[in-house]
Amino acid sequence: MKKLPLQKRTLALVAVIIPLLVLFIYVAFRSGPLAPVSVVLTTVENKSLSPALFGIGTVEARYTYKIGPTVAGRVKHLDIHVGDHVKAEQVLGEIDSVDLDKLIQAKNAAVRRTKAQLNESQAHKDYAQNQVVRYEKLFKVHSVSEELLATKKQELRIAQTGLIAAREELSRIGIEREALQAQRNNLYLIAPVDGLVVSRNVNPGTTVVAGQPVVELIDPNTLWANVRLDQIRSEGISDGLLAKITLRSQGGEFQAGRVLRVEPLADAVTEETLVKVVFDQIPTPLPPIGELVEVTIALPVLAPAPVIPNAAIHHIDGRLGVWQFINGDLRFIFVSLGRTDLEGQVQVLAGLNIGDQVVLYSENLLHENSRINVVDHIQGAR
Amino acid sequence: MISLAGRDIMHSWGKFVFTGIGLGLLIGITLSMAGIYRGMVDDAKVLLDNSSADLWVVQKNTLGPYAESSSIYDDTWRGILGVQGAAQAANITYLTMQVRQGKRDVRTMVTGITAGEPGTPGWPPFLITGRHITRGHYEAVADIASGFKLGDRLQIRRNHYTVVGITRRMVSSSGDPMIFIPLKDAQEAQFLKDNDAILQQRRRTAENPAFNRPQVPDLLDSVITSQSINPYVNAVLVQVESGYNAEQIAELIRRWKHLTVYTRSQMEEILVGKLIATSAKQIFMFLVILSIVSSAIVAFIIYTLTLGKIREIAVLKLLGTKNRTIVGLIMQQSIALGLIGFVVGKISATLLMAPIFPKYVLLQPLDSIMGFIAVVIICILSSIIAINAALKVDPAEAIGG
Repeated sequence: MKKLPLQKRTLALVAVIIPLLVLFIYVAFRSGPLAPVSVVLTTVENKSLSPALFGIGTVEARYTYKIGPTVAGRVKHLDIHVGDHVKAEQVLGEIDSVDLDKLIQAKNAAVRRTKAQLNESQAHKDYAQNQVVRYEKLFKVHSVSEELLATKKQELRIAQTGLIAAREELSRIGIEREALQAQRNNLYLIAPVDGLVVSRNVNPGTTVVAGQPVVELIDPNTLWANVRLDQIRSEGISDGLLAKITLRSQGGEFQAGRVLRVEPLADAVTEETLVKVVFDQIPTPLPPIGELVEVTIALPVLAPAPVIPNAAIHHIDGRLGVWQFINGDLRFIFVSLGRTDLEGQVQVLAGLNIGDQVVLYSENLLHENSRINVVDHIQGAR
Repeated sequence: MISLAGRDIMHSWGKFVFTGIGLGLLIGITLSMAGIYRGMVDDAKVLLDNSSADLWVVQKNTLGPYAESSSIYDDTWRGILGVQGAAQAANITYLTMQVRQGKRDVRTMVTGITAGEPGTPGWPPFLITGRHITRGHYEAVADIASGFKLGDRLQIRRNHYTVVGITRRMVSSSGDPMIFIPLKDAQEAQFLKDNDAILQQRRRTAENPAFNRPQVPDLLDSVITSQSINPYVNAVLVQVESGYNAEQIAELIRRWKHLTVYTRSQMEEILVGKLIATSAKQIFMFLVILSIVSSAIVAFIIYTLTLGKIREIAVLKLLGTKNRTIVGLIMQQSIALGLIGFVVGKISATLLMAPIFPKYVLLQPLDSIMGFIAVVIICILSSIIAINAALKVDPAEAIGG
């Protein structure tokens, strides 16, 4: 190998060593823990926020009717199936009457017998009445004794009383029969309103206890969403607010609705506030009862105020604050925050002014004496 | 005065530089290995830093929530917040699982964070883009290492989550990227079984005569409802008010709430001393062996380099050069070689090697300084052996042979 002249060799060596040294210094100070932290800045803006609340819930029917017998019995027949629309007063099914019909027949017989007894008493009374009239005439001409007349009058009173007793007996038996008939009618399962059958819990032949629902009906025109909002994020909720309801089966599409009421009772275990949201228009086809919905409730627009994105907020020494960028230096400023919207914008009530620059994103945790490098976006973050 | 070492290097600068680069790659690997070890320990520590907690309240007699499983009721935090000196208390759940996005899935640690505002214990302390979670459900903040982007839809169990923020260096102790989702969703994800299992469970319950009693028709529904709720979380993170001693508050909670509490230093001990101990030791042993091997190779290279010049040294001696000059020549060359090696090593470790490792490689400046000192010492020591050989050389060798 032909040796290079000394000077050229020195130059070659320098050409290798200098870049190496430059690279070394770059590596030592621009990467690793000594490297400056890349930060992205943002400016405090004066904006009016449109806060909103977000919760999930389930589709429920406002009115549900559980129809079942009031006494234990066996289901004789059930004429409807799930999905049927029924009318008010429609007979849906019947509980086996066992011996009730026979009892009613017996009562009918008893009514007839009592009617006959009533006729008999009437006949007694009529006869006694006639006898009294006749004996009074005879007594006037002194054909009979006073005692005999008194006897006839007493017989009349007895006949009159017997007639009253017979009449009341007829009334009693009649009412008893009506009572039995009412019990008989009570064995019919009758729809209280126009509705949709959502559940048919038993089939004919099954024995059910008193109060056990055989059929469940809902009023499909009264669907609502039972929405649960985390209590920590339910500030400002009130009746009448507009809502967007997204059914789980229709992700991306939403139905308009509004808050019907905020439940006075919250869920203490799950720390949620319960809200009923009604559809402006009941969706067709009808969403299944129990389907999950995501509900966004819009709150009134707030007056303009300084706002920052929530990514700028940090927590140091138990207090919230932001890293303010002043003349190339960082300073941690404690702030007090106001309302927030779902896009992550937060009102700053105190601590910052409109136009102040704060650190929005940083590559690492920042400290008072962090060296920083302001960039448009953090590397790899897009 | 002419620098003999400089002259000699100039004489065969190509050989010298390339030897230095070779040496540098070796040193680079050693530095990277140290970085891997440091990265491993750092992964464990950032997990603790990022949770911004002073105390971890976990199930009694467990090493939870990271080293062992722990579950406590999700309303325990209320009682803990009542302890004087506890500034904030927040529930948290951790679940390592594969998170699906489209066709790919990523191994992540899904972390359920309590609703609130930034700064709540457990929340990611900083973001690199996007925003924090504002909705109580179905939003996620993902670590950049997961590869997810803003707006991606992730599937965790049966629900879909939208990525609204990206953060950095939020990893589990084993280096898996973290995904933050709202606590209620996480509780569901952690304990909710798949639909088949739920159906089977309902069927089993319905067939159990103890739960399905004709006289009490509503009992079955009640039992099934109670089976499908999850009132548990893995831990409660507590921030201590300034001015209070964390250990004292931990003792209060241990005594009166009958739970196990760890302070930051105890938790670090569990993570570093127990959870990653074996794998960290493994890497550390590898680092030690690699360091020894590297030192030996450096020593051999310098020794052979010197032996290669033995004839020239003999000539120098023949010319009556002082021993001091020869010692200087060898030692200066050796240190120069070490310096080039170190510089190349540091550059290659930082720019070439560290980025290609899948897990975090933390190259600490202190490690580099220690590495530098070690390289210089090794160079001096190995040059002493070479010097010894050089000084013993017979000047006659210059003319003989």
